[in-house]
Amino acid sequence: MAPAPASTTSPITLHINDEKHHLSVDHRTTLLDALRERLDLTGTKKGCDQGQCGACTVLLDRRRVVSCLTLAVAAEGREITTIEGIADGDDLHPVQQAFLDLDGYQCGYCTPGQICSAIAVIEEHAAGWPSAVTDDVRPETPPLPLTPDEIRERMSGNLCRCGAYVSIVQAVARGAEAHEEARTAAVEEAAA
Amino acid sequence: MTTTTPGPRALRGAVGTAHTRVEGRDKVTGAARYAGEIPFAELAHGWLVLSTVTRGSIRTIDTAPVLGMPGVLTVLHHGNAPRLHTDYIGMLGTPPDPASAVFQDDRVPFAGWPVALVVAETPEQAREAAEALVVMYDEEPHDTVLVADDPAAYAAAGHMPAETGKGDLEAELAASAVVLDEEYTTPEEQHSMMEPHAATARWDGGRLEVVDSNQGTTWVQSELATMFSLDASSVRVRSEHIGGGFGSKGLRAHQVSAVMAATALHRPVRVVMTRRQTFSLAGYRSPTTQRVRLGADPDGRLRALEHRSLNQTSTVYEFVEPSAGVARVMYDADAHRTANRVVRLDVPSPTWMRAPGEAPGSFAIEAALDELAERTGLDPIELRLRNEPDAGPVSGLPFSSRNLAACFREGARRFGWADRDPRPGVRREGRRLLGTGTAAASFGAGAGPSTALVTAEADGSFTVRIAAADIGTGARTALTLIAADALETVPERVRVRIGDSDFGPAMIAGGSMGTRSWAWAITAAAAELRERLAVTRTIPPEGITVRSDTTEALRALAQKERHSFGAQFAEVAVDVDTGEVRVLRMLGIFAAGRIVNPLTARNQLVGGMTWGISMALHEEAVRDRNTGRHYAPDLAGYHVATHADVPAVEADWVDDHDPDDPVGIKGVGEIGIVGAAAAVANAVWHATGVRHRNLPIRPDRILAASASASASASDRAGTGTAPADGGSADA
Repeated sequence: MAPAPASTTSPITLHINDEKHHLSVDHRTTLLDALRERLDLTGTKKGCDQGQCGACTVLLDRRRVVSCLTLAVAAEGREITTIEGIADGDDLHPVQQAFLDLDGYQCGYCTPGQICSAIAVIEEHAAGWPSAVTDDVRPETPPLPLTPDEIRERMSGNLCRCGAYVSIVQAVARGAEAHEEARTAAVEEAAA
Repeated sequence: MTTTTPGPRALRGAVGTAHTRVEGRDKVTGAARYAGEIPFAELAHGWLVLSTVTRGSIRTIDTAPVLGMPGVLTVLHHGNAPRLHTDYIGMLGTPPDPASAVFQDDRVPFAGWPVALVVAETPEQAREAAEALVVMYDEEPHDTVLVADDPAAYAAAGHMPAETGKGDLEAELAASAVVLDEEYTTPEEQHSMMEPHAATARWDGGRLEVVDSNQGTTWVQSELATMFSLDASSVRVRSEHIGGGFGSKGLRAHQVSAVMAATALHRPVRVVMTRRQTFSLAGYRSPTTQRVRLGADPDGRLRALEHRSLNQTSTVYEFVEPSAGVARVMYDADAHRTANRVVRLDVPSPTWMRAPGEAPGSFAIEAALDELAERTGLDPIELRLRNEPDAGPVSGLPFSSRNLAACFREGARRFGWADRDPRPGVRREGRRLLGTGTAAASFGAGAGPSTALVTAEADGSFTVRIAAADIGTGARTALTLIAADALETVPERVRVRIGDSDFGPAMIAGGSMGTRSWAWAITAAAAELRERLAVTRTIPPEGITVRSDTTEALRALAQKERHSFGAQFAEVAVDVDTGEVRVLRMLGIFAAGRIVNPLTARNQLVGGMTWGISMALHEEAVRDRNTGRHYAPDLAGYHVATHADVPAVEADWVDDHDPDDPVGIKGVGEIGIVGAAAAVANAVWHATGVRHRNLPIRPDRILAASASASASASDRAGTGTAPADGGSADA
């Protein structure tokens, strides 16, 4: 007896923004298309669909990935954060607020990817990960400031064709400051 | 110096002060929905199939196997698509591009021509079926290469006269103490807006509704209505948020094919271009080859100026990239000649792209001025100031305002120009050569007829409805401020609704004319509404609405040369080992009329300058002459500036008041790119002593030019003549 044809779809559960979503997906479906076409989470943008522009950046277990090069079936069991899950209810994340206040965008289409990327950049930098422009990469070196050059280097996977880079870099820097203040406050609170 | 210019009327405080975008919260939370993101029940997905040959005709399209694939609903092609009406001139004075009027015959005029649309239940099914569709062609030889002396080139008008001329050019050149005759080239450039074109079409109660991403809803509505022989009132086009346009988002294959499919299937159909498809379907900036001849007296005064530009267009559509037009505004000479020419090749149709004409044209003329400054021994700014015209060099009309000199003065002061050593190739830091450059900029300040509806609501608030488009310019916010001042209220009480053709005809977001055109219509309606309110006791529940139309007011505007101006400054570092050019800083000072919202205006100007960096150093779409197709038509193969390429870029403005203009706005969408690439190229010369007349200034060009300059220097050293400069890069 010939084997039954392999199924081309599977039921999966995706953990997105602290919610579970059960769906059946074509195995070819990217995480990006699952978000946009199946789950109505259209905040994640499709700029190139081939990993070159960064507009589809989401956080997978708090690390940034391009969701257009991630299959939906491969994201099962991971913690997915999209732009819709960045704010705390009506309270914007400090990075979102900085983009708004400093006009860190124009058309807005790259913005969700820039913001997700920026949040990961701030964490990567705080964790001591070096970049190509980090002068001192010795592990014992204490964290260096997140300078504009560091931000530009680390954010270079996110294209902005409107050319809003100057204000995006300012927004990321301000978001990083707010993040650092919040972290310091948390440490002090824990010590008290 | 950050200044704002008060308008001709006593306005309240919204205009001229920084306001964050009214839709900003939606954009940073992902709530803002773009065209491909609005849900529809029973939505089907269309996938365009593009030609794989560059010239020929379709022999067969084998639809049967594809129609049997899972989920496939239909395949549209020239054998079954409805006939379209294409013999018309549209709202902007241009005929439709046949690449948009899809599936009308079996001809293939370029690679990436739309030959079919596969529609299926899901995007994956549509894509698989589209890739499986077998199309057989009868292929013909093609020619896709632009050459300067192509005998088939002809003078073409586009949106300005093809040729202008006065004086005896050869006689003035012969009488000139200093003469320059150089060729400059710019490559094919792609808009590369972040959001690819997307549209959903559906029939709703006898009305065609298209949810789209475009630069003008009434523009696309009128084109679709004409093409499908529909009454304009039975077509509605909406476009709320637009992920960038830069000239490419007009009527394209995606809307037309979506309408065809929705009509055939009686259900909503969405068609989204892939990134690669945008390279042949969405327009692009043609490559140009430009020749500039200048003749000057020893004091730098221009006796002769000739600027000739050639661009390519497709065999099915004439588009002129009017690069020679910029000289008609910027510089006068006793003999003055300009010409824009085109040649038809087997290439996709080019179109408007941010500062069409001015962007490539300013590279050539402003680089040539820098060379003339070098040859006359004058400072580049002084040379330009000595050639400031009193009136339009070609038109003879007065300038409504021309504050170029003020831009240069302010820019030179802030950039530190006075401390510059004019000698090239003398600043070295390690393996980097440093240099600075400057260039002038201008862009026309036009307006198009627009209508606006302004409503006084019963609750005391106001609603403005206008078919404007916010493609990232901040137009929605700017118009809120304009309306607030015109209604003598605060922005919080004004709701501006845009992006809906039901609001009536309006200018597109293009040509830096959008905000000026729309603001004009809104202020006119607001003024009449205030008069009505002054004699009204109570506002009825439906509110009081006034409609304006600026068509007559525009006709009544005095004929003048109306332009924005600017001075661009750049500092670069050239790595002599790798050939890499890095821009270290840029400053642009602009005279761009009344600045409505400093926050967003500055962002747009900086964005334009960022395009200038990108144009000078990165952007180049390369076509294989053998296949006629692009190499790597994607964002990895086509480089646009990214974060790491863009350093401290600063833009600011000087007072620029036009006393007889009712709105005083000139627009800031395009002036920022004009002259920016020239400023970078001039800085590269200053750093290295080598002229780069071909964009982009790639590392290999730097290295090849450096090698050839060293070789010729040693040759000349051998014969005892020391070089005055390093020569030029002609590769």
